[in-house]
Amino acid sequence: MSTLNKIELALAGAMLAVAPWIIDAAPYESTMGLVQKIFYFHMPAAWLFLLAAIIAGTASAMFLFGKKRDMDGWALAAAELAVVFGIITLVTGPLWARKAWGIWWVWDARLTSSLILWMIFVAYLLLRRYGGPGSDKLGAGMALFGLANVPFIFVSVNVWRTLHPQTSVVPTLPVQMGGPLWFCITAFFLLFLALLSMRARLERQRVRIEDLYLAEDEA
Amino acid sequence: MKGFFRVAWLVVRKDMMVEARSLEVVSTTLFFALTVVLVFAFGLVREGTPVGDVSAAILWIATAFSGTLALGRTFERERQADTLRALMLAPADRPAIYAGKLAGMLLLMALVELVLVPLVGLLFQAPIVAYPWHLAALLLAGTTGFAAVGTLFAAMLVRARSRDVMLPILLYPITVPVMIAGVRGTAAIFQGTPDPDLARFWIALLLFFDVVFVTLALWTFEPVMTE
Amino acid sequence: MIDDFERLSVSSLSRHYGRRKALSRVTFTCDAGDIVGLLGPNGAGKSTLLAILGTLLAPSEGTVEYGTVTAEKGGAGLRARIGMLGHDLFLYPELTALENLVFFGRMYGLPDAPARATAALDRAGLGERAHDAVSGYSRGMRQRVALERALLHRPRLLLLDEPFTGLDQASAAALVGRLREEQARGVLIVLATHDLDVVDGLLTRELFLRNGRLMDVGAGQGPLRDRYHAAITAS
Repeated sequence: MSTLNKIELALAGAMLAVAPWIIDAAPYESTMGLVQKIFYFHMPAAWLFLLAAIIAGTASAMFLFGKKRDMDGWALAAAELAVVFGIITLVTGPLWARKAWGIWWVWDARLTSSLILWMIFVAYLLLRRYGGPGSDKLGAGMALFGLANVPFIFVSVNVWRTLHPQTSVVPTLPVQMGGPLWFCITAFFLLFLALLSMRARLERQRVRIEDLYLAEDEA
Repeated sequence: MKGFFRVAWLVVRKDMMVEARSLEVVSTTLFFALTVVLVFAFGLVREGTPVGDVSAAILWIATAFSGTLALGRTFERERQADTLRALMLAPADRPAIYAGKLAGMLLLMALVELVLVPLVGLLFQAPIVAYPWHLAALLLAGTTGFAAVGTLFAAMLVRARSRDVMLPILLYPITVPVMIAGVRGTAAIFQGTPDPDLARFWIALLLFFDVVFVTLALWTFEPVMTE
Repeated sequence: MIDDFERLSVSSLSRHYGRRKALSRVTFTCDAGDIVGLLGPNGAGKSTLLAILGTLLAPSEGTVEYGTVTAEKGGAGLRARIGMLGHDLFLYPELTALENLVFFGRMYGLPDAPARATAALDRAGLGERAHDAVSGYSRGMRQRVALERALLHRPRLLLLDEPFTGLDQASAAALVGRLREEQARGVLIVLATHDLDVVDGLLTRELFLRNGRLMDVGAGQGPLRDRYHAAITAS
């Protein structure tokens, strides 16, 4: 763990520890009540989920076309984080929906898009885990296709959902980009940075151990 | 460029010759498509009439499922005598080999759809002749998008472990936009008051998807295929 | 198109699959007219080495130079000069022998593919069965078609993976004769085999492989079989 990672983790930890008080102190939303508070975790997770997907796709492209071996580690690390932050997004979303629309899942456009993108990265991890030798390259192809797919998923799901008569949909809540929200975004982002670089380094070290193991045998 | 099309054509013709001899992929895929339609009919037809606008959905689900089966079989065939390696060994443009395999898949799936569409029209009273050009464009553009991604994935999975499971796992999430566009576009022309403009929007989206993913697949084929 | 090459130099070539080492620091050089035998037990790395020489597989470390170019730089032009007979024969069983050869001939850009294919099948003694599907052939017959497939474009480098498998004595002798002809034409042949008695006297170079490593044994005397056992069991 580098010093930077330690600082990031310590800061993120401290910020997340005091986050409940800050969120508690934020203005009480009148229609949604207490459930609105989940938004302070939901939105940062959703943003980082998308960021992780972008990093995974970009790193995969660099691995595939630039033949940069390190990039595979970054792609894998980002893909795992995409799945983790995706889960947070997908769990906190329906909690919100339950209160706003009375049911857990309403095929809300954004939530559905998130689900599809999340599935792409779960598929990526399954391939990496069970694909056997050579699955690093195949995975890179998958992640690249996944990233290229984001706009298509977004447009198609949006049009699909908005062209249907919707009875019980409350439009997205008016949100004041208040201090508490930015506070949470910063905390989550620091956590994300630390996890990403630590996981990528772990992967680099694993590759090095493999190399050493192979070299040892040569001697 | 001339060399590209020549090689692609050679691969397509070879695939057609192989298929003409055995008829294995065509016959099994067609029968499977029929089975899928039937299974959905049991679930979605109440008292002799289909529930809601399910005919479009059934058409596309049957296409996607049987397409997956055909992709798996086609590349299993190239794996058996290691002929995919022989193709990669030839001094031809490798993306041209991809293009040839894709064209072969499209021909095969077009054949399946030629049977599927009338079948869905017959069994679910879908107005398949109301907007024939819209329907044809949707099927062509949608199938191209599905097969473009599918052919690349099936080719790269040839040397992977547990490839039979991996193909649908990787392919379906990526082709969600194709399924949505295909189903909604088809439903738009099948519904009580048809909406051809909406269908046209979905056709445009599919074409855009095709351009992006065919380009991307041609581009990634060489690096993912070199072990 | 790259220049033709006379020499194949392999230096410090390794290939890993995760932690499994299929090849480890293999180094050798050979020239046009050589018949190089890759000898070793199953899993020694023979097929991996052939696949790398055939540009199908990228090495984890080390280089292969065909004359002066590497596989990466050589691209399609280099592939046009390599012929390969794979362990799984590279033939479509549904197609006839002639169709197989014509298809691959065209893939190699040969303008006279049909004529060459017919001539090749006649030479292999399969002229009469040229229009039968390969699936109906015996292993030995398929092997002969596959060899013709690999030679159709007159490659400089010929890679053969177990070419004697399934051949009776007469066919094996015919294959040996065929290889000598190609050798005389200046073809560089690398073949992996278990049939030591058949290739004894044919090989100009013997490479003994064990666990992905080249066993260093001096130019020995006596039958190949004895030298093989000495090399493979040496510690």
